[in-house]
Amino acid sequence: MSTNPSVFRFHGGLHLDGRKTESLTRPLQHASLPSELIIRVSQHIGEPNIAAVKVGDYVSRGQLLAESSELVSAPVHAPTSGTISAIEERPVAHPSGKSALCFILIPDGKDTRYEYDQGWCNTHDLQPSDLLRLIRAAGIVGLGGATFPTEAKLTRANQQKINTLIINGAECEPYITCDDILMQTHAAEVIRGVQLLQTILQPQQTLIGIEDNKPLAIKAMQQALQQSALPHTSIKSIPTLYPSGGEKQLIKLLTGHEVHSTQLSFEIGVFCQNVGTCFAITEAVDHCQPLTSRIVTVTGPGVKNPGNWVTRLGTPVSHLIELAGGYSVQQPKLVMGGPMMGLNLSSDQIPVVKATNTILVLDHLDQPTAQECVRCGQCAEVCPAQLLPQQLYWYSKTRQFELAEQYHLFDCIECGCCAAVCPSHIPLVQHYRFAKSEIWEQRRKTYNADRSRKRHEFREARLLKQKQQDEEKRRLKREALAAKAAEQQKAQAADSSATPTIDAVQAALDRVKARKKAQLVEPKNTSNLTPDQQRQIDEANSRRKNINQDKS
Amino acid sequence: MSSVSSPYISPSASVNRMMLNVIMALVPGTLAYIWYFGYGLIINLIVAISCALLFETSILLLRKRPLKPYLSDYSAIVTAWLFALCIPMHSPWWLIVTGIGFAMIAGKHLYGGLGFNPFNPAMVGYVVILISFPKDMTTWFLPMQVSSGSLSFIDSLYFTLGLLEPQQWDALTSATPLDQYKTGLGMNLMISEIRQSPVFGDFAGVGWEWIANWWFLGGVFLLYSKTIRWHIPFAVISGMLLISLIFYVVDPDSVASPGFHLFSGGMMLGAFFIATDPVTAATTTRGRLLYGFMIGALVIIIRRWGGYPDGVAFAVLLANMAVPLIDYYTQPRVFGVNPPEDH
Repeated sequence: MSTNPSVFRFHGGLHLDGRKTESLTRPLQHASLPSELIIRVSQHIGEPNIAAVKVGDYVSRGQLLAESSELVSAPVHAPTSGTISAIEERPVAHPSGKSALCFILIPDGKDTRYEYDQGWCNTHDLQPSDLLRLIRAAGIVGLGGATFPTEAKLTRANQQKINTLIINGAECEPYITCDDILMQTHAAEVIRGVQLLQTILQPQQTLIGIEDNKPLAIKAMQQALQQSALPHTSIKSIPTLYPSGGEKQLIKLLTGHEVHSTQLSFEIGVFCQNVGTCFAITEAVDHCQPLTSRIVTVTGPGVKNPGNWVTRLGTPVSHLIELAGGYSVQQPKLVMGGPMMGLNLSSDQIPVVKATNTILVLDHLDQPTAQECVRCGQCAEVCPAQLLPQQLYWYSKTRQFELAEQYHLFDCIECGCCAAVCPSHIPLVQHYRFAKSEIWEQRRKTYNADRSRKRHEFREARLLKQKQQDEEKRRLKREALAAKAAEQQKAQAADSSATPTIDAVQAALDRVKARKKAQLVEPKNTSNLTPDQQRQIDEANSRRKNINQDKS
Repeated sequence: MSSVSSPYISPSASVNRMMLNVIMALVPGTLAYIWYFGYGLIINLIVAISCALLFETSILLLRKRPLKPYLSDYSAIVTAWLFALCIPMHSPWWLIVTGIGFAMIAGKHLYGGLGFNPFNPAMVGYVVILISFPKDMTTWFLPMQVSSGSLSFIDSLYFTLGLLEPQQWDALTSATPLDQYKTGLGMNLMISEIRQSPVFGDFAGVGWEWIANWWFLGGVFLLYSKTIRWHIPFAVISGMLLISLIFYVVDPDSVASPGFHLFSGGMMLGAFFIATDPVTAATTTRGRLLYGFMIGALVIIIRRWGGYPDGVAFAVLLANMAVPLIDYYTQPRVFGVNPPEDH
């Protein structure tokens, strides 16, 4: 239960200017309700949700809005009470600025809570299976940014033996302070969440990793841990080095284990979860409160009063900016997330989702003109994945994707360290994202082509089989008929009365033949003439004869 | 690819800054060079740099590239500066034009410009004129401190422009220490006998040894400013010292000491300024050590058995050639790929 300075190192990384004090000068505040909430129907990684309410429905806080029956999914709940005024496409935070289906909720200001049945949550005597059900029902996802459904991760991890539970309180990106302030103000709830995770996973040890630039958070967490007296649990202060909060980096830092590039962390017996997720679990289990709000840091040089707000999911970014005193620059550039890995937002009408840890307002986003790569290798020195970014860049740029894959493009975690040190100012991560998406596209095409080919081959084979079967059937039928005929013949041969029958057949055949023969000779128009007609013809012929004689 | 995406932190480093650092690091050694050998270097530098900029501009125009971003990376100046330091004092203008022309056109732009050239452009230009004009390339002047006279700035200028007859300055020229050493050994002289010549100083050539010290100091600045990493200079020098030490220990009478090699010719300049050209050097950590060691070893091999007194340029070009292979075989182990046995 003490700060353990003995940590392992990972390769590379950057000492970045933290810029965290700006948003920590004010205490944690509760954000007011906006005039409308824009709640994304799906806010997790996995299968999409299906709406469970209709336009015009009145909902209470915590009421289910959308869910999916698929394994990897997390439902979404109403962040406050009010009326669903629309279910429509709205711009959301997305790399390509696309829209997604959202509920539009007009709050009624009462903020009444939805009362769940007895047994939905229960503060006493919860079994791991109950906890898992509750975590799923509460819509809890990984709040560190990945938004992978927590229940799905726990269920899969539980199939293995988990030795080490790691709680991620590193928060290594500059500007972001939501986890820091959460640990400072709600350490007991976070520790309670850790306890609940321990109930589910039964790990041998639990390590809570917090970067050493958060002394207040470490202190608060240590106090809470002492009070809770959790066994085999310790808080580890880790050196401030971006990206220490990356899952595989943190596991290396705390345990010395390297997760294989094709493995998931729980396959080596390590389970990683963010402090924010622990808090959300406590809220669901102890207070019957599904995930409907989270702490969002609003900060950056472009906003007047940076700080942290407990924000209802679905709150538009513009509302948070107003709470933070408005923009302080003429042309603010909005980023959802930190400056290293965040998403560039196209407008401030985009809503807060479960993944939103920070709204960063920058005064400019211009990237200087890129020069040619001079192969200085500084990118390789800082790469936490120990890649050769200059080679990856070269192969991505020249579309030699196979070579890029050979140089482990897919081990790139897009942390942005390489681009942040590149003296040629090359937007390296953009090139890697491009290469990755091209490779995925190729794979998808190959997969589809393979599937089409297989389907075609299967159809051909099926048709061939059908044909063979039909032929076989016909053959069998023919044989059966022949056998039947032979049997009849045999029977008739045995019976003497059969002979006249053969004669009768012969006679019939002869009649048919004669008729056909008669039909073959086409009747002339001169046959069947009356005697009068015949006489006239004869007379005409004799006249013609005479004329011919006269001529000669 | 035009949309702005993360990271949004602009790098503070820049290629232009790196090149400026190299130029700054070259200044002390260049001043020492002028102190010992006179104004000729200034004229060399002026002719070489203006020539390089002229070539760079015209090729960029031919290639329809914007001038400002490419000219302001200062790489042409660095190439010309290094080239000027390699050639003899008071070289005729056409020699410089030929060398720089080759460096900029064949060495750099035919491959696609900065970042694409497999060979160090300055060394390409230098080697071309070294092979093509051996006589002009071996007319070295004595350091002023041991010479009977020296050329004034105007004389130097006239010399470069070809307005002065070189013969009348014969008394001021001499073979370089490395050259004398090679010739002397060819005549079966002992090292101690060769070193009777006035061009030798405390442990290498008069003037040369001090210029080398200043290159070292410039190199320390490059390391300090993180323009270069320690691996290549360290490997070049240790490779050179190791190989020459082996020979020296075996036969100290007919082999120059490692110290002599270190402070002679282009060794120090090569280790810190030429071999470290990022574009043409190996990029992996292990690769850089191997690449540097290869250069150090090759310098001694060429000095010992080659036809030229110094071998830095050839060693660098040969190592440049091996870079793709070195880089391929020295790839670092990717995080999470075949991790070593867990603790």
